[in-house]
Amino acid sequence: MAARKTTKQPNVAAEDLKRYYREMLLIRRFEEKAGQLYGMGLIGGFCHLYIGQEAVVVGLEAAAEEGDKRITSYRDHGHMLASGMDPDGVMAELTGREGGYSKGKGGSMHMFSREKHFYGGHGIVGAQVPIGAGLAFADRYKENGRVTFTYFGDGASNQGQVYETFNMAALWKLPVVFVIENNQYAMGTAQKRSTSTPELYTRGEAFGIPGEQVDGMDVLAVKEAGEKAVAHCRSGKGPYILEIKTYRYRGHSMSDPAKYRTREEVQKVREERDCIEHVRTLLLDGKHASEEDLKAIDKEIKQVVNDAAEFAKNSPEPALDELWTDIYAEAAPQNA
Amino acid sequence: MATEILMPALSPTMEEGTLSKWLVKEGDTVSAGDILAEIETDKATMEFEAVDEGILGKILIDEGSEGIKVNTPIAVMVEDGESVEDAAAEAKAPTTQPAAEKPAPQAKAADSAPPAPESDTSPDWPEGTTLKQQTVREALRDAMAEEMRRDEDVFLMGEEVAEYQGAYKISQGLLDEFGARRVVDTPITEHGFTGLAVGAAFGGLRPIVEFMTFNFAMQAMDQIVNSAAKTLYMSGGQMGAPIVFRGPNGAAARVAAQHSQDFAAWYMQIPGLKVAMPYSASDAKGLLKTAIRDPNPVIFLENEILYGRSFDVPDIEDYTVPFGKARIWREGDDVTIVSFGMGMSYALEAAEKLAKDGIEAEVIDLRTLRPMDTAAIIRSVQKTNRCVTVEEGWPQGSVGSYISSVLMQEAFDWLDAPVINCTGKDVPLPYAANLEKFALTSTDEVIEAVRKVTYK
Repeated sequence: MAARKTTKQPNVAAEDLKRYYREMLLIRRFEEKAGQLYGMGLIGGFCHLYIGQEAVVVGLEAAAEEGDKRITSYRDHGHMLASGMDPDGVMAELTGREGGYSKGKGGSMHMFSREKHFYGGHGIVGAQVPIGAGLAFADRYKENGRVTFTYFGDGASNQGQVYETFNMAALWKLPVVFVIENNQYAMGTAQKRSTSTPELYTRGEAFGIPGEQVDGMDVLAVKEAGEKAVAHCRSGKGPYILEIKTYRYRGHSMSDPAKYRTREEVQKVREERDCIEHVRTLLLDGKHASEEDLKAIDKEIKQVVNDAAEFAKNSPEPALDELWTDIYAEAAPQNA
Repeated sequence: MATEILMPALSPTMEEGTLSKWLVKEGDTVSAGDILAEIETDKATMEFEAVDEGILGKILIDEGSEGIKVNTPIAVMVEDGESVEDAAAEAKAPTTQPAAEKPAPQAKAADSAPPAPESDTSPDWPEGTTLKQQTVREALRDAMAEEMRRDEDVFLMGEEVAEYQGAYKISQGLLDEFGARRVVDTPITEHGFTGLAVGAAFGGLRPIVEFMTFNFAMQAMDQIVNSAAKTLYMSGGQMGAPIVFRGPNGAAARVAAQHSQDFAAWYMQIPGLKVAMPYSASDAKGLLKTAIRDPNPVIFLENEILYGRSFDVPDIEDYTVPFGKARIWREGDDVTIVSFGMGMSYALEAAEKLAKDGIEAEVIDLRTLRPMDTAAIIRSVQKTNRCVTVEEGWPQGSVGSYISSVLMQEAFDWLDAPVINCTGKDVPLPYAANLEKFALTSTDEVIEAVRKVTYK
């Protein structure tokens, strides 16, 4: 395979590289399985796959520390897996079962994990952006040194509330990394048809928020940029914008025939810029791993995903009385 | 092992489709992601990709076939070394692939809805309690200050709440006592700061968000309804938003249509929200303290005209009023008048005037609309057999129309007259003084409605 950015042999431990490979592969195989289960009618409604964009979350998770928070939109399966959430619970939520993270009541777009500091999973385009800044507001209030990764897409970056949030985040120096996952299509609308200035990393300039553009097909580049952004936030300098150029291989959702781009365009990215192939090449060329090692990882991941699918098929549907639970939290005990 | 490829469901509503075209033929080696076929759904023609690598052993459904049900086997994949004949033989064997589970028949879920709670009729404070006169404005400020002293995670944010001391002076003195960390002036950015406050609540704080008026909260409606109200449910109980949205609601005086709207009926409709709408100062204080402690999002609807009115407030340390408990301001046998917030001033004035004519009205202040103490209304109507509701909001889909529906279903046999809803007129609120007065409900309208239902 032609050298890409591999000419500068990265200064990264073999174990880390293998971990990124495994995590990206888990997301891809999980998403392929989800697509399959959707085709079988086991997953309903909207289902937005993350295939192609895996390096974004895996790279940024590599830059995060324990206790840092993350929040994203409806294309959220990859973020959950990368943050360490259990594939069984995620898949069972996709099939709407009792064993899902939200007991089957949230579905693909609405999952959360306090334990992994994953704050959703939001179905309204852009709504997660002020919420993410609010998480950072709480961290600054508590002075706990934590950083929040707030992910949104190139489509969401035209929502008004994003700029309301940029203003407050800069004004109050909130420790939030705004991650614009630019996969170049807002559903079926190419960026050039929807966006007056294509350089989304400059969108914070009016508020004094620094930003940079990152190759989102290169997990190491994403990690490096993430570390820089996190250091900026943790040092009390306020928010940072990362525009991560990526590409989604599948349609916007399962029912999207994706006629707004050519099959050749998709195929070209898959063949020339695929993020998993990139790491695979680094591992093999750098003699960090053999074909056999990688096959073993492939096999292991396949097993994890098949187990998740089995769990998701066999977990029962939620009991009917679940309809009435979780609408209100119990009132905290009042002082006598 | 041979695996069957099933007719996929390629959209949320697809039940069957047309297999338009095979893009691979028997014997072809395919890898994951290769396009196998084009399938026409109810919406569009979709490409159908291979999920696993393998060899296409046998095509079971020819291209051009229409009406292929989802989950019908359309082809068989074999692994390297496995013969197509084996696969074909296997394909003839009865399929073991279970069809997608059909959803369970419609639940008789309504049966398990919790029954209406018994109404609590205990007095709000013990007899002999010292009372002091206080305005609604002072009561609201005291409630916030007491809760901020009690819990370090409670903070106030909104436009002009800090240095300006509140657009309506509700937060007067709070910046001095609690500092800029906990009393936060926001830019004029309702959608943004509402979402930010919801995030802060997810992150473990207990925000009080002041809207300069609830008219401006319409810009933030998505964050209130979709983010604050629904997340606890959507997360299976993992993550809720303990947050209070408060500010003046309803008509003030001569500020015209965009600044004069009663949102009680809007918010009352949303599961996941609680809605309080106090009339008196003691309720403003006791309900706001309860709202701040509640682990759920609470909409707290105040009224600009009531801010300056004085009421008895019990001189009790840590005075709270529970949600879902109506207050009976006046007992009577002839008619039940139900109201809340500003409507209470018309209801009480009407009751006094009616008493002079020998009509004794029972006046109920709901205080909270969600939860709503419908048991208190029903019990009263069982005594009076007549009901008039009073609110400033519009008639269609009003709080009163909901109460009427509850009474129809649960007290039909006790009613001696149709329930009348006194509401604002079905128009945007006009500016001209005479038209504004005409558009709002009034004491006279309440009196007229009572005479109608009592036939007196």
